[in-house]
Amino acid sequence: MYKSLLIDPAKCTSCLQCEMACSYEHTGAFNPARSRIKIYEFEHGRYAIPFTCTQCEEAWCLHACPVEAITVNPATGAKDVHEDVCVGCKVCTIACPFGAVNYDRETKTVVKCDLCGGDPKCAEACPTDAITYVDEEWTGYERMRQYAERTHQFS
Amino acid sequence: MGWQRKVLRVDLTNGTVREEPLNMEWAFQYIGERGLATRYLMENMDPKVDAMSPENVLIFATGPLTGTMASTSGRYAVITKGPLTNAIACSNSGGKFGAELKYAGYDLLILEGKSPRPVYLHILDDAVEIVPADDLWGKSVWDTEAWLKSTHQNPHLKVASIGVAGERGVHYACIVNDLHRAAGRSGVGAVMGSKNLKAIAVRGTRGVTVDDPDRFMKVVKEVNALLVDDPGRKGLTKHGTNAMMASMEEFGALPTRNFQEVQFEGQDKINHRGVRARNRNGHVNLITNKACFGCTIACGRIADIDHNHFTIVNRKEYWHASGGLEYETAYAFGPVVGIDDVDALTFAGYLMNEHGMDPISFGVTLAAAMELYEMGVISKEDTDGVALNFGNPEALTVMAEKTGKYEGFGQVLGLGSKRMCEKYGHPELFMGVKGQEFAGYDSRALQGMGLGYATSNRGACHLKHDTFEVDMDDQSGNGKAKPCKESQDFVAMLDSTGLCLFPASAWGAPQFQQMLDAACEGDWTEERILECGERTWTLERQFNLAAGLTAADDTLPPRLLKDPAPSGTARGKVCELDKMLPEYYSERGWTGDGIPTRDTLDRLGLA
Repeated sequence: MYKSLLIDPAKCTSCLQCEMACSYEHTGAFNPARSRIKIYEFEHGRYAIPFTCTQCEEAWCLHACPVEAITVNPATGAKDVHEDVCVGCKVCTIACPFGAVNYDRETKTVVKCDLCGGDPKCAEACPTDAITYVDEEWTGYERMRQYAERTHQFS
Repeated sequence: MGWQRKVLRVDLTNGTVREEPLNMEWAFQYIGERGLATRYLMENMDPKVDAMSPENVLIFATGPLTGTMASTSGRYAVITKGPLTNAIACSNSGGKFGAELKYAGYDLLILEGKSPRPVYLHILDDAVEIVPADDLWGKSVWDTEAWLKSTHQNPHLKVASIGVAGERGVHYACIVNDLHRAAGRSGVGAVMGSKNLKAIAVRGTRGVTVDDPDRFMKVVKEVNALLVDDPGRKGLTKHGTNAMMASMEEFGALPTRNFQEVQFEGQDKINHRGVRARNRNGHVNLITNKACFGCTIACGRIADIDHNHFTIVNRKEYWHASGGLEYETAYAFGPVVGIDDVDALTFAGYLMNEHGMDPISFGVTLAAAMELYEMGVISKEDTDGVALNFGNPEALTVMAEKTGKYEGFGQVLGLGSKRMCEKYGHPELFMGVKGQEFAGYDSRALQGMGLGYATSNRGACHLKHDTFEVDMDDQSGNGKAKPCKESQDFVAMLDSTGLCLFPASAWGAPQFQQMLDAACEGDWTEERILECGERTWTLERQFNLAAGLTAADDTLPPRLLKDPAPSGTARGKVCELDKMLPEYYSERGWTGDGIPTRDTLDRLGLA
């Protein structure tokens, strides 16, 4: 049984602590340009949406890779990119329907979310719980529970 | 580390760009941002020059903690000589631009000279170009940002720009970044305009590292925990700075109708409760809160205006959310001009961001114009037919737009209150210090605030000292000089780190010391960082004295010194500046004429 990142955009203030934490974990520097999670803002900041890889069960990126550089991490279920195998062909960046796999000019490989080996730093850094790390079955149920609570108030 | 150790110097006259190493000796004496840029400014210009001349120098500065995981690490400062004050300008902004500039690899960006034609600066790490801006000149801040992102096909660009107000020299034009964050005060946008520089667009991918990463992350975690539990922080997250309005009303320190009164009957419609109230169409002004870069507080407000409101009912281009009311905007478009229409205030706020103007200075200038109008000194013939009565929301929004576009009576309002009041023969109606208008605190009820206003190096300012606690405890001039001086030094230090003032509700010198010591090489003690703050404050004073200012400029308008507060907890009181000022000079080690003594300069290494 794996865990998933649960993202609640309504709680996101767009502070980018997650982008700094991600880049620090993976590159040793605070550098949002190299973060694997991104916040996108819309309408003068009214909406701020954190976005990253959701670790698809049938992962398009994994299947598209011609050199098998992307494999499933048995401990976390994350689809990990092996930088020493990746040839930087970028086919996976085309295959991913969500744009969650990206080319990194520094390493000359693709990079994507690896759930930090089971201790995702973005979730740890998020000051508003817009990003949490929960049981993978709970990602939808939590929202269902919130709506159920609203319904309950009127029933 | 902490610093990028690199300065980007742009000569706009000759169109050249060069990198130079950061002067580390100065970095160790001034930390970064505000202090360090002041040191560079002193070295690079004569304080006597006209603020709008090519000889003025414009510096964008980040601090060693800018772009790190320390909370509120998105700050940068603009340091130059201000046209509003003819004193040193030190305007601090949040948003995301500052961190991006640091990520591009620079601690400081120094702009010199004047471009022969309109240009913008495009920075992609170390690829820097000065680009003709003929297509951008005349555009608003909002259109400029959209144009740059689309033209460069780069949604990650962060933009700081000026609107028409800055191009045309409105004395309190600001530099706006990320649509609704601004280096707001003293007219730094007019300086940018005088250099024919429309915008700076930056993308940085270099990252920032710190000296001792493990210790830094541990310290950040510890100090963030203090912030999480802090009641001041909780209030800012929930209500934003506008929670201040109800407190100031209660205290009787809420400047109303150009400081003729200190309490405003309409404040409940525009305070932190007013923005959450449902109007008769069912519309609620406040939508949510948003943060600047790296900030775990998120005091920023996002609001929208009822589409049926008279300001935008026929203007669909404004049917969208944007930056909402923070306290100073709410004060400057509310009590001080006697207006209680929350959507009119919000729309005027949109216009300030769109056209690049400081809401405090605009609102307080309009307040003086309203007083002149009600006195009969000016009439509809002067004001393009608009009735400038206190309380008229249309006067606010129409004049905000006219000033932003530099049209009609807006050109007079664009002079700022001091010059406008002098023009009409009533200098006593100017509510400010050194040419800069007051923030939303009346110094008859808050004595230390009066001393802070009078002595702030950038003219009237509420952000360069913090004496709220002692002011609330004792409403006389007693015992204000020491906390005023000490908090000025503390804030000067804080402003030099790259962080925001607001965590200071939970963090004191020990917390800033721990973060700096972990992030930067060298041995940083509390004593040393506070001395850096005092050194910065004193150097700013030296700049002003060299620019021709004297102790006579450390004063307040007669209304605050002679006319007693008409109501509130300080009813009958005036500001006791005459008692506080000599004590303050002595605390600072300055002569009775406000000049730092040789001993003081020696002690701070400024001789």
